[in-house]
Amino acid sequence: MAHTTASSVELRIPSKLGFEKVAMGTAASMARLKGFSDERIEDLKTAVAEACINAIEHGNKLNEKLSVGVILSATADELEVKVVDNGVGISKQPPNPDIDRKIHGEEDPRGMGMFLIQALVDEAEWVHDSKGKGSYVRLVIRLDKENE
Amino acid sequence: MQADTKTTIDRASGPGGSSVSVLRFSGDISSTSKDSVLGAWQSVSGGGPVLLDFSKVDYINSSGIALIIQILMDADKSGRKVAAFGLTPHFQKVFTMVGIAKYAGLFKDQESAAASL
Repeated sequence: MAHTTASSVELRIPSKLGFEKVAMGTAASMARLKGFSDERIEDLKTAVAEACINAIEHGNKLNEKLSVGVILSATADELEVKVVDNGVGISKQPPNPDIDRKIHGEEDPRGMGMFLIQALVDEAEWVHDSKGKGSYVRLVIRLDKENE
Repeated sequence: MQADTKTTIDRASGPGGSSVSVLRFSGDISSTSKDSVLGAWQSVSGGGPVLLDFSKVDYINSSGIALIIQILMDADKSGRKVAAFGLTPHFQKVFTMVGIAKYAGLFKDQESAAASL
């Protein structure tokens, strides 16, 4: 169940694929309340979905005993989403996907989640915890970027 | 939690009255969609151009995009043309970002997609 304060919402979703849609819906509702456009809300939904999928698959390794934390915080001009898991995070960014290499079988057709996150939000940061206690990805969309 | 992917196979008229296959997807396209999406593709793998209809798709994630790329890999190998239509503006943007538009034309509707083949 979501816990709400004046400017933040926290929820925990099971480490089971499909539950990223709960986080998407919550992020979309909050962004709508803040006045973001439909286009930015769609961008945020995809970024939040990909962050949650990474947390479920790679962070928590599909262990349904673990949950993924999603913390949404709004200020006057931005919305921040942190997606927290129990993995060790990533120490370096993978290279951007190369469609030609994928089509020719030289690169895995998967592996686009982080690229999409970075491309769709105004700020994306991955923070890793080598002890596996709380690695997270932090996403930000800003109202002043609405018309760019 | 995820909606099943349903894929139906249809036929439509292409340029000059030729017949083209249409894969009509509905529901979600995600990691659980492999059998539905690639199974349908394999069943039309005899030859000829193919249209991909996304007009009834609610949600596509990166695993779903990877399945579309697998279709395009196979189409590229066999020299088949593929065009897509019915994507929301957001997913047209996402497909363009990841490079799919380089290998499959993205169109608003079936008529314009069929005319491109």
